[in-house]
Amino acid sequence: MDRLTRRQSLLLGAGALGMTTLSGRGALAATMEAGVPVADVKPPSFALEKGATLKVLRPAKFIDPDEAWFRANTKKFIEQTGVQVELDFISWEQLRPQTAVTANTGAGPDIIVGWSADPQIYASKLVDLTDVGEYLGAKYGGWFDLATLYGTKWGSGGKQWIAIPLGGGTGPAVYRISWVKEAGYDAIPNDLNELLTLVQKLKKIGHPAGWALGHAVGDANGYADWLMWSHGAYAIDEHGKVAIDSQEMINALNYCKELYPNLISGTTSWNDASNNQAFAAGEISLTFNGVSIYYVLKNAKDKRLNEIAADTNNVLPPYGLSKGHPPMSALVINAMLFQHSKFPNAAKDYIRFMMEAPQYGPWLSDCYGYWSNPLKAYSEMAFWNGDPKIAAYKEGMNTPYYDGYKGPISANSSALAANYILVDMFAKVATGNASAKDAAAFAARQAERYYKA
Amino acid sequence: MDAATAEAAVVTWRLARRPDSWITRLFDYKPFLIGLCLAPAIGLLVVFLTYPLGLGFWLALTNSTIGQRGHFVGLANFISVLSDPVFQLSVFNTIFYTAAATVGKFGLGLWLALLLNHHLPFKSFLRAIVLLPWIVPTVLSAIVWWWMYSPQFSIISYILVNVLHLRSTYINFLGSAWPARWSLVVANTWRGIPFVAIITLAGLQTIPPSLYEAALLDGASSWQRFRFITVPLLLPILSVALTLSTLFTFSDFQLVYAITDGGPFNTTQIMATLAYQVAIPGSELGQGAAIAVAMIPFLVALTAINYFGLARRKWQQGPANE
Repeated sequence: MDRLTRRQSLLLGAGALGMTTLSGRGALAATMEAGVPVADVKPPSFALEKGATLKVLRPAKFIDPDEAWFRANTKKFIEQTGVQVELDFISWEQLRPQTAVTANTGAGPDIIVGWSADPQIYASKLVDLTDVGEYLGAKYGGWFDLATLYGTKWGSGGKQWIAIPLGGGTGPAVYRISWVKEAGYDAIPNDLNELLTLVQKLKKIGHPAGWALGHAVGDANGYADWLMWSHGAYAIDEHGKVAIDSQEMINALNYCKELYPNLISGTTSWNDASNNQAFAAGEISLTFNGVSIYYVLKNAKDKRLNEIAADTNNVLPPYGLSKGHPPMSALVINAMLFQHSKFPNAAKDYIRFMMEAPQYGPWLSDCYGYWSNPLKAYSEMAFWNGDPKIAAYKEGMNTPYYDGYKGPISANSSALAANYILVDMFAKVATGNASAKDAAAFAARQAERYYKA
Repeated sequence: MDAATAEAAVVTWRLARRPDSWITRLFDYKPFLIGLCLAPAIGLLVVFLTYPLGLGFWLALTNSTIGQRGHFVGLANFISVLSDPVFQLSVFNTIFYTAAATVGKFGLGLWLALLLNHHLPFKSFLRAIVLLPWIVPTVLSAIVWWWMYSPQFSIISYILVNVLHLRSTYINFLGSAWPARWSLVVANTWRGIPFVAIITLAGLQTIPPSLYEAALLDGASSWQRFRFITVPLLLPILSVALTLSTLFTFSDFQLVYAITDGGPFNTTQIMATLAYQVAIPGSELGQGAAIAVAMIPFLVALTAINYFGLARRKWQQGPANE
């Protein structure tokens, strides 16, 4: 690190001191550990290999505390166990190819914190982590659905852990409180017709909503997923067959078409940064996003941005026809231990250590909703309610929805998102470039290119 | 000195010379020397050109994904890709993008070169400035264009709406098919003009002024001087510039990737961005490689057209062959 900010040095120092003499928000986190309900479960004892050294690779940070706490916790592990850990951060786009190379060559990092579907793709190259997964689940109130889906081997009934999910990045609804009120609503309605009325009214008062429909890999896919799942539609059925061409999907497409003219202009050209910029500039009143919009506005040095933050709220996205859970998913990061590791016990212990409350708690709380917790007990941490505006993010992994829902999790499910098959389907219908029926049939054919047997 | 002594002297002299060592003989052996001198160049070509290109071809013939090595599937990827409407659209987009941008670049680039060829004040300074779009890293200029084309924050829209009051709404540059395609063509043209301008300017400076003087004396108009002196003498260098420029444009990636990433709904998806999207984020290495390999016939055809069409007369055979 070339230059440490005051905050970073504080955090790093805190980690080095074993968090005994913390100040600021770090101290808050330390006392809040008690707020994590912990069951009395004996940790599995891993006989650490003599002279063990580990290489760990994870995705790069977008907010400082993410990296600072991860480093500090790793340092603490080194001090307590004597196991040397080399921690590397890599850009998001490079992580997947790097994981593939590691898996295929049997050389490289011992642990990779990789993307959602990767544990399933490389299952045969991974060390079984069932002992760690079961222990953590028992101690911390159980795992959320999305964690079990990605962390356990597909078809094992959620029993065989092949990776430990560390967290998920989710995108609930972000809105301006005063403008929604001006449009006559106290909250974002869960009913789809009501939502349409709200969006029409927001447009009328000059503060339209905006959802990306361009090639924005995170935001546009998130919006397309919400449109689909909130109408009871899904892309893939339980047997792995493409199920895009359905009546529910046509309903979703028609709904998208009704919403579109009421949105801010140009959303078909939006990328992942566009809604953040438009929201911060006061151009839009409602969108779906990770905590980054709120986080940046709140922590900005500009008073005007802080005022926007005070008028911003984050809530679960409208349920529509989805029962029990909001129609959203998360981008999950999973710790995978590769079979080529010479020190599997040390590696398992490292993963366990990083997930324990004294380490995981401060990391989670300082990331402030940027990562959603996979273990239920961490939802009880006080910071989630200390700022009720971020409470929606603790639900990020409490969802049965995932990329390629309801089919098996595989490489194909990521291909759907990467090739914008659903996004383009919605964009075409929204802009009147195809009928709902034609667009659904076209998207189904495109999806079948990847879901061929 | 009689003959015998002379012969003895020669013999002595021959004996005095040390016999060549094997290493000297080896280095005197022409085929070896040629091979040795060429080795670094061939090595570089093999490692950095032949191997990646060969690997690309091979991947296109396999069902490799990012997770798995895959096995040989023959032409299955090509058959699959050719029947994909998104690929077909990307071929159309690439051809349109290349053709429109090349016309723009050459029209404006040549015009700029002709202007710069005159005696202008601050000539060298102006010539340096002209190169700027070419010097700036492509990704940086792409981000600048992305801002200029933003539906919310475009400076172009701002000037038209808020300053000049010529429009009431911001322009949706990239939100629908044709405006998005033309916007990318403009960005690419802007970036490519300096290349054409500087190369043709160099060509213009090699035309002897005496030819223009002679034409002036003969009473040729400025159009006639351009048509009968400038154009024919510029043609050889123009064709080199044309070949390189069309190849660069056809295989462009960065501008499109950073400005639209192929959106909206693939209407600006070009072959290079599609190959990347399918191969890397989409994990289908074999299919992506097939798309990339499918660009090669187009590139070869473009080169051949320029080579045999425009360039045949001059730079291939030299002026002596006229």
